[in-house]
Amino acid sequence: MLHLVQSEEGYVSPQGIEMCAEVVGLTPAEVTAVATFYSMFKRRPVGEHLIGVCVNPMCGLLGGEAIWKALTQDLAIANDETTTDGKISLERIECQAACSYAPSVTVDWEFMDDMSVDKVREVVAKLQAGEPVQSTRGPVIRSFRATERTLAGFDDGLADAGGNNADAVMLAGLRVAHELGMKPARPADPPRPAADGASGS
Amino acid sequence: MTLTPNLTAYWDESDSWTVAGYERHGGYQGLAKAFEMGPDAVITEVKESGLRGRGGAGFPTGLKWSFVPQGDGKPHYLVVNADESEPGACKDIPLLLASSQQLIEGMIICSYAIRSSTAFVYIRGEVPHVIRRMHEAVRQAYAAGYLGKNILGSGYDLDVIVHGGAGAYICGEETALLDSLEGRRGQPRLKPPFPAVAGLYASPTVVNNVETIANIGAIIRYGADWYSSFGTMKSPGIKVFSVSGHVRNPGIFEMPLGTTARELLGYAGGIREGHSLKFWIPGGSSVPLLTEEHLDAPLSYEGMESVGSMLGTGTVMVFDETVSVVRAIKGWLDFYKHESCGKCTPCREGTWWISQLLHSLNDGTGKEADLAKLEDLCAQILGRSFCPLGDAAATPYPGALKYFRNEFEAGTHTPSAELFDPQASVVFSAVKA
Repeated sequence: MLHLVQSEEGYVSPQGIEMCAEVVGLTPAEVTAVATFYSMFKRRPVGEHLIGVCVNPMCGLLGGEAIWKALTQDLAIANDETTTDGKISLERIECQAACSYAPSVTVDWEFMDDMSVDKVREVVAKLQAGEPVQSTRGPVIRSFRATERTLAGFDDGLADAGGNNADAVMLAGLRVAHELGMKPARPADPPRPAADGASGS
Repeated sequence: MTLTPNLTAYWDESDSWTVAGYERHGGYQGLAKAFEMGPDAVITEVKESGLRGRGGAGFPTGLKWSFVPQGDGKPHYLVVNADESEPGACKDIPLLLASSQQLIEGMIICSYAIRSSTAFVYIRGEVPHVIRRMHEAVRQAYAAGYLGKNILGSGYDLDVIVHGGAGAYICGEETALLDSLEGRRGQPRLKPPFPAVAGLYASPTVVNNVETIANIGAIIRYGADWYSSFGTMKSPGIKVFSVSGHVRNPGIFEMPLGTTARELLGYAGGIREGHSLKFWIPGGSSVPLLTEEHLDAPLSYEGMESVGSMLGTGTVMVFDETVSVVRAIKGWLDFYKHESCGKCTPCREGTWWISQLLHSLNDGTGKEADLAKLEDLCAQILGRSFCPLGDAAATPYPGALKYFRNEFEAGTHTPSAELFDPQASVVFSAVKA
């Protein structure tokens, strides 16, 4: 429900807290206790897009800190701040479980794997110009509020974006196995269909 | 040792996450067999497979399921822990994206075995694509008759609920996860009672990791003997390893437990061109780091313990000679400090204090006494915090001090950035200013 509030208000607003309390039958204090615990719930309005840069050691050391420095300089804002035109907010985020893609960035929480300073600058330029940005494992970027609505549990029709998202990183081991002629470690599977006939893409 | 694609075997088919893609390779045949076997036989089979929890603790899975009291008249629950948030861990997210139906089949078999009619998947909030993928995968399973009422004509009913979190590493701790799922602040609970006796809504609950449950379908379909034919005596089976860091081909590699880091890193293409391995971590930031001398130790629960570390999640992180150990440890402690839930004093105060001291050492302004002070602080947290997050926070520094004391000593007079240029660790090429 708090994600739903954010999808409407751009943050967890006092009115949003009151609404949750009323619907669920708790006190506003109890709802606030929950809202203030989780780092995704924001207390100040977020811009149209939220860019998160992972700064934990794997991503941070492999380029995340360099990306953070470039972004804060380019946009002239600091952590948890929003550009004056309301377009972009920045956040230093924790491990996104995309370590094999380090350095990892998110835009509206969608994956932007394997980033560099140049790539991120391109992304920002497109976002500012209102041009489409394709996430690396997921859909075209929409907005912070649209993602919050997805997190609130509403179907956005984008579940198949990118197929199964198995790219070079996810397929690293399987590709080596194929090259070396190593078979799946499972007995008696039905024979694979010929060529790409049934892969449904 | 060879690679052993199991869960990842058909990831090169882009519909591997759908019911159609899964059925194409015999998916849900395990479920049909489970219904023939009956719930108790399923638990026995999982016990005999030797499967151990893949979330880091390595607790025997079948044994955990058998702790759920049967015939008690209470609802039972399965909760899948999909909160993968540990620095270095990136195996569950890919599994959720590409092996969605494997997870669901495993959930149905487990729920059937423990006599649960409602199961949950708790997914961290920061991965909306995973959340929307699992919602749709569950919808497809319902549409195909694998979820809902009278599954495959067995008379068994199951509902699965996909729940998104909101940014809290502590919610990967099973009891904090349960509190979060109940709509509260995600702070851990006292154990005992354990979740198997009093978990979600004070009812018997099994909490298992994504990879653990994703393995169940194949174990039932091919049998415990098949699964335990891989791996070691104490660590049977196949592991989804991830490799990240300064290697040529980071990614997901499935291998039997007991393989060595040398073999695994070999398949990952070895260290990047022109560099050499400095230190590596077998399973996420919460386990002690290791060096080149440990590359031939088996990657198994007992193998990693034998060299003073732990297998943890089996998500291997690799760092080359450009990396400052002090900077890395500081970074991990900043993480634990941020993620500390605040409930207990050792962790809440300790992580902040440790982090401050590491920042000083990293800046070259540390004091001689800081090294011993840090050891003392870690000792005050380890085993004395309310939950394992504290233990995890107390682990990186002692592990690093053992092999890299000289770098911490250097922190009393020289910033780490002067000794190890941060730019040299960056993996993308030179930036236009």
